[in-house]
Amino acid sequence: MALEVGGKTIETDEEGYLVNRDDWSQQVAEAIAVAENLDMTENHWEVVNFLREYYEEYQIAPAVRVLTKAIGKKLGKDKGNSKYLYELFPYGPAKQACKIAGLPKPTGCV
Amino acid sequence: MALLHTVNKSPFEKNALESCIRLALKGSSILLMEDGVYGAVKGTAKSSLVAGAKGKIAVYVLGPDLDARGVSKDKLIDGVKVVDYGGFVDLVAQHSATQAWL
Amino acid sequence: MSDEGGTIKKFMYVNRKAPYGTIYALESLEVVLIGAAFDQDVSLAFVDDGVYQLVKGQNTKGVGMKNFSPTYNALGDYDVNKIYVEKESLDARGLTVDDLLPLKYEDEDDDWAEKDSICVISSAELAKLFDQQDVVFSF
Repeated sequence: MALEVGGKTIETDEEGYLVNRDDWSQQVAEAIAVAENLDMTENHWEVVNFLREYYEEYQIAPAVRVLTKAIGKKLGKDKGNSKYLYELFPYGPAKQACKIAGLPKPTGCV
Repeated sequence: MALLHTVNKSPFEKNALESCIRLALKGSSILLMEDGVYGAVKGTAKSSLVAGAKGKIAVYVLGPDLDARGVSKDKLIDGVKVVDYGGFVDLVAQHSATQAWL
Repeated sequence: MSDEGGTIKKFMYVNRKAPYGTIYALESLEVVLIGAAFDQDVSLAFVDDGVYQLVKGQNTKGVGMKNFSPTYNALGDYDVNKIYVEKESLDARGLTVDDLLPLKYEDEDDDWAEKDSICVISSAELAKLFDQQDVVFSF
């Protein structure tokens, strides 16, 4: 599979995750979000950027449970709960947000 | 021309380095690579292997494998020389043959 | 999950291989992260060349492999905070706890105070811990 972004072809796997993490840009993220029928708001970006920072530091995409806890710590309790995160990313905060963040599927997700 | 011996196993897990040093002729060289680089570190229970080969065998260690494992160069046994991949190729070219101690 | 009727078992992952030379270290770490979802009483032991997995300052740019050592720092987030390192193995390799990654976790029962996850113990103490486990995974 592939995405067309700004005249460039970006390679993705059969589930829509980027094949090369270095291909990621804000534009690419927007294009993935469109394919996922998501309208990227500031709240979506907050989670996507958090995931990218987490990956940068630990070299993994966190499991949902870990993400929820860490978001709560960083962005406040009203955001650190699965209701809030599932409202933003209906197909799963870990899977869908990681895809938009250009990260691999979280370890432990099937 | 002498042999280049390569050892890629940790001396704590396998006896490859020990056997290599026992069976290497004077004037030959050993290149420690992958997990073999732990054999080049001083102050360990296996340091005496490489330290004891001094004067008989030239010992080299592959720098990128040291870096990957967080082994700093100031921890190496005196006399051990660090080479990069280009240096590895040069060593192979400078010796009559390569013997791998797997 | 265990709250819904399951019993909590003591799971220990025993790591005895150096990183990068073989795939064991990375595979173990992945299994630990996946297994963390099952809310068991998990601990990790690092013995023999396994202690090399926790050495700080790893840089894999030159060998073209993924440096997975930063991921050990995430174990605390996964509630994996009992990390035992055998002293005899460190000694034999000329290493001390100062050569290892400073792994931390936040203690829920102590107002989220940050605490060290790594505990250096003797062979005799480790032998007793092995004996207390319900399940031991070897890598």
